Amino acid sequence: MTVFLIFFPLLASLLLFLLKPVQAKVIAFIVSLIELIVSLMIAFQFNEGQLIPQYGIDIPWISTLGLNFAVGMDGISLLLVLLTTLLVPLIILSSFSHQYSKPSTFYGLILMMQMALIGVFSAQDGLLFYLFWEVALIPIYFICLIWGGEDRARITLKFFIYTLAGSLFMLVGLVYLYLHTSGQHTFAMQALYEAGRALPAHEQGLVFWALFVAFAIKMPIFPFHTWQPDTYTVAPVQGTMLLSGIMLKMGIYGVIRWLIPVVPEGVAEWGFTAVTISVIGIIYGSCIAIVQKDFKRLIAYSSIAHVGLISAGTLTLSTTGVQGAMIQMLSHGIIVFGLFFIVDIVSQRTNTRMLSSLGGIRNAAPTLATVFMIIMLGSVALPLTSGFIGEFLLINSIFQYQHILGAVAGLTIILGAVYMLRTFQKSMSGELNAVTTGFADLTTHEKWVLYPVVLLVIIIGIYPAPLLDLSEPAVANLLKIYSNMSASIK
Amino acid sequence: MVTSELIVALIPFFPLLGFLIVALNPGRISEGTTSIVACGVIFISFVLSLISFFTILGGTTSIDVHFFRWISAGGFTASMSFLVDPLSSLMLLIITGVGFLIHVYSVGYMHGDNGFSRFFSYLNLFIFFMLLLVMGANYLVMFIGWEGVGLCSYLLIGFWFKNQPYNDAANKAFIMNRIGDLGMLLGIILIIVNFGSIQYSEVLTQATSVDPSIITTITMLLFVGAMGKSAQIPLYTWLPDAMAGPTPVSALIHAATMVTAGVYMVARNNILYAMSPATMELIVVIGLATALFAATIALTQNDIKKVLAYSTVSQLGLMFLALGLGSFTTGIFHMATHAFFKALLFLGAGSVIHGMGNEQDIRKMGGLKKYLPITYMTFLIGVLAISGIPPFAGFFSKDEILANAFAQNRIVWVIAVVASLLTSFYMFRLLFLTFFGKERASHETMHHVHESPKSITIPLIVLAALSVVGGFMGVPEALGGSHWLNGFLAPVFEPSKALIVGHELSHSTEYMLMGIIVGLTILLLFIAFSRYVTKGHVPAAEGQISNPVQNILYHKYYIDELYNAIIVKPLYWLSAIFDNVIERLGIDNLVNGSGKLVVASSRVARRIQTGSIGYYIFAMVIGIVLILAAVLVQG
Repeated sequence: MTVFLIFFPLLASLLLFLLKPVQAKVIAFIVSLIELIVSLMIAFQFNEGQLIPQYGIDIPWISTLGLNFAVGMDGISLLLVLLTTLLVPLIILSSFSHQYSKPSTFYGLILMMQMALIGVFSAQDGLLFYLFWEVALIPIYFICLIWGGEDRARITLKFFIYTLAGSLFMLVGLVYLYLHTSGQHTFAMQALYEAGRALPAHEQGLVFWALFVAFAIKMPIFPFHTWQPDTYTVAPVQGTMLLSGIMLKMGIYGVIRWLIPVVPEGVAEWGFTAVTISVIGIIYGSCIAIVQKDFKRLIAYSSIAHVGLISAGTLTLSTTGVQGAMIQMLSHGIIVFGLFFIVDIVSQRTNTRMLSSLGGIRNAAPTLATVFMIIMLGSVALPLTSGFIGEFLLINSIFQYQHILGAVAGLTIILGAVYMLRTFQKSMSGELNAVTTGFADLTTHEKWVLYPVVLLVIIIGIYPAPLLDLSEPAVANLLKIYSNMSASIK
Repeated sequence: MVTSELIVALIPFFPLLGFLIVALNPGRISEGTTSIVACGVIFISFVLSLISFFTILGGTTSIDVHFFRWISAGGFTASMSFLVDPLSSLMLLIITGVGFLIHVYSVGYMHGDNGFSRFFSYLNLFIFFMLLLVMGANYLVMFIGWEGVGLCSYLLIGFWFKNQPYNDAANKAFIMNRIGDLGMLLGIILIIVNFGSIQYSEVLTQATSVDPSIITTITMLLFVGAMGKSAQIPLYTWLPDAMAGPTPVSALIHAATMVTAGVYMVARNNILYAMSPATMELIVVIGLATALFAATIALTQNDIKKVLAYSTVSQLGLMFLALGLGSFTTGIFHMATHAFFKALLFLGAGSVIHGMGNEQDIRKMGGLKKYLPITYMTFLIGVLAISGIPPFAGFFSKDEILANAFAQNRIVWVIAVVASLLTSFYMFRLLFLTFFGKERASHETMHHVHESPKSITIPLIVLAALSVVGGFMGVPEALGGSHWLNGFLAPVFEPSKALIVGHELSHSTEYMLMGIIVGLTILLLFIAFSRYVTKGHVPAAEGQISNPVQNILYHKYYIDELYNAIIVKPLYWLSAIFDNVIERLGIDNLVNGSGKLVVASSRVARRIQTGSIGYYIFAMVIGIVLILAAVLVQG
């Protein structure tokens, strides 16, 4: 089934490239819907208590390299696959009001992106993970380069080189582990885990940084983030949604799957530094968001703040923290998608993203304003929205890890309110002005995109237990090495 | 067979239902239908609350309802569950009872407003969250309500959203509350760490087995939340600004219910607070300082709602004083009587504003008693109640606070007496300037002045009646009463009883204290009468205050300006430095510098760029293969 989830969109994208059908967007949408249905079917039959990967395969690919085509899912993978299969159709649907040139290429690239993302989240082999990781970069690079805004060539090149450089570190780290696998060298996940854990502490530290830098750039957290605001701003909105909604989760997922269980002593040694950096990033990103004038750029910086919190919570190595990260990845993906779509709606109708030019939209478009309000409340983590569940667990875990860091990380709930309420006030409240007069309320198609977002924000906020239960056993299993470690110290 | 659990579960369900019906049908249902639905659901909740109240009164110690597992991770579980005991059942009555009256009042007050149904949807939602706050059986369900009422407060302060200063006030309220909420959240996390649970039933019973220094930290953090929500120093400045909201909102949220959430929270955790004398002292200091500080500001304000707002801040300070002194019942008692008379005063003010065509400046009122007879009579009762004239409601609760203070610390008592005398004075000032003396409004305005419709006056009358008799729930022994409230709440405060040092005053001392205070209050009544009615004194116009003390008071001690200078501006400077210096010049130049190196060295390579996607992908795959080959050779 996982194989289907990976190859079906790949096949579809190749067909789109070759046949260039007129209704590319509709075909892409249907393909992504099928993906969603299949992944939901898997979710309903899923046995979260079973700790070996499910619905996967493991066949030798290039045996001289020790490369296996091994894919499959545990609860952690499944949640992120669900996020992907949920957001991709919404992203495609959100593009329906745009008339992109070369549509078959555009939608083909989106589906190719989906293939790579699902591959990343389900790969059970180190090299395969790396391959999917790099393949994911290609479609998004072209989406930004071809359909992006002003100055896109320079900005996308920077993005490309930056993230590519990061992943080369990861490759070095993975190869290093590979060379330390016992017997016949292999990239198989369990073998790499064992190799990493057997390394002496200082070497684990080196591997930690090689992998962490790659993941930190992808998320991105401060100070590895400078590609992000420009890229998010210049990319076509669907590109921004893919980047922020799904792709940044690759970085967090990398930390959970390919860092924490691999080099426990390296993580133990450097974890505090990494948590501190992440927490600084929360404050840094929030503060910059406060003074942004461009709506889209503001959301980009808010994303840096939010991902900093997720990263910090993950690296506390507690079940609470990683579970918080899981639910928050889902929530953030949904919310940031919604926010960027609202940015897109506003900027398409007014031809500006400058907050100072907007205002009073609530008068003309009450439905849009209400939807924005609810998504905003999710973003500022109001209880009974999805944002609260994640932020509460994350702040909880960081506070338990270190009180002061926890309190500083907690400032996110104040600063988040500062910049989001300001944004809402500047864009939606007040009197209509020359730019916003005649602003049309949501169209039916826009409602079809935004209502699911609003419903999910509320439903996950009220009843997150099934989602939390899905990943809890897998998370506990990955973290077992640490409880064993502390037990052996005692 | 309807069980008491079902009844409890339905209490918050109906306001939520009302919210959904009204909110999901904007523009589709008429004002009339909206009113019936919105008021009806609150009335049903009130009836259900009454039933629960009588169940509790009948001897049931508590009603517990468990719905489902809400959040769980790593051994920690938060459930969606309710608890109704004497304390929460009393809160339920106040919230749904006063809430219902204010809903009815709003039907008349908001008639014809474009946002009529939006207003009622927010109001219903508010009641829902307020009910969750007091019904939650654990800290996180309380926190849902705690933040939820903050949201509704934000929505209602900025209800007239075309007005940007109103939106500023709304944002300020939300953000200041969030500062408090962070403290509360950290306190809750600390509870999780030390107790492994957040259910009251487990935490409060195991409190004594936890290190008192940790309990002190927890109670301090929780109290930070109370400072925000209940507008105590230093987090009080949002409340006066919150008067931007429609007047029924000021009565319901910013006087009777939401702002008393902090009082409820401390009372609920009485055992934890009783275990930490340091926190209790802090509460006494903060409460007392706030009571005095806000009362002095209220002396010079000329906006009818602003006077009442500072008065609320001051009265909340008195409630915290009572809690800090260990007299939890007294705090709750004053909260209840205050809910009656302050809601009455705000609604009366609203009726005046309504009658005067949206005039709020008392300098432009005067002589209104013959035009607004019902409003005047009820307002008068409210003033007498808040001033502590016997036998009105405020007398009993305020007297109890002062008696407690006297028994424990004479300095505290003196300051509290000063604060409450100031209260009497500014309330008389408000009363006389509004209803007595010359008519200072323009002829045009006076021509249109009218008594409000029945939907406004009936709630006024009911609240006036409650302000008259409300005090009898706690008549002290000295006056031949049995203090029903004490007995009713006793099970809730039982755990902390042993830790609080009791102070008994002799009846003669109590008579003396009552005599002093009532005597001084009546004296002030005459002074205020002579100043504002006989001599016809009217507060100076804007910018013409010559007395420097008055000037500082009029400008509220410049606290807003101070906060702006030491918090808001530095935050923006810091953000600008991050944005312009570190972001643009620092990190990015470093990155671009290394980038340029790459670009320079790859000028040559540019020739092979053809622009075809297929070609790039091909090149990428080749690249990967090369890397793999390299690895292979090395391995």
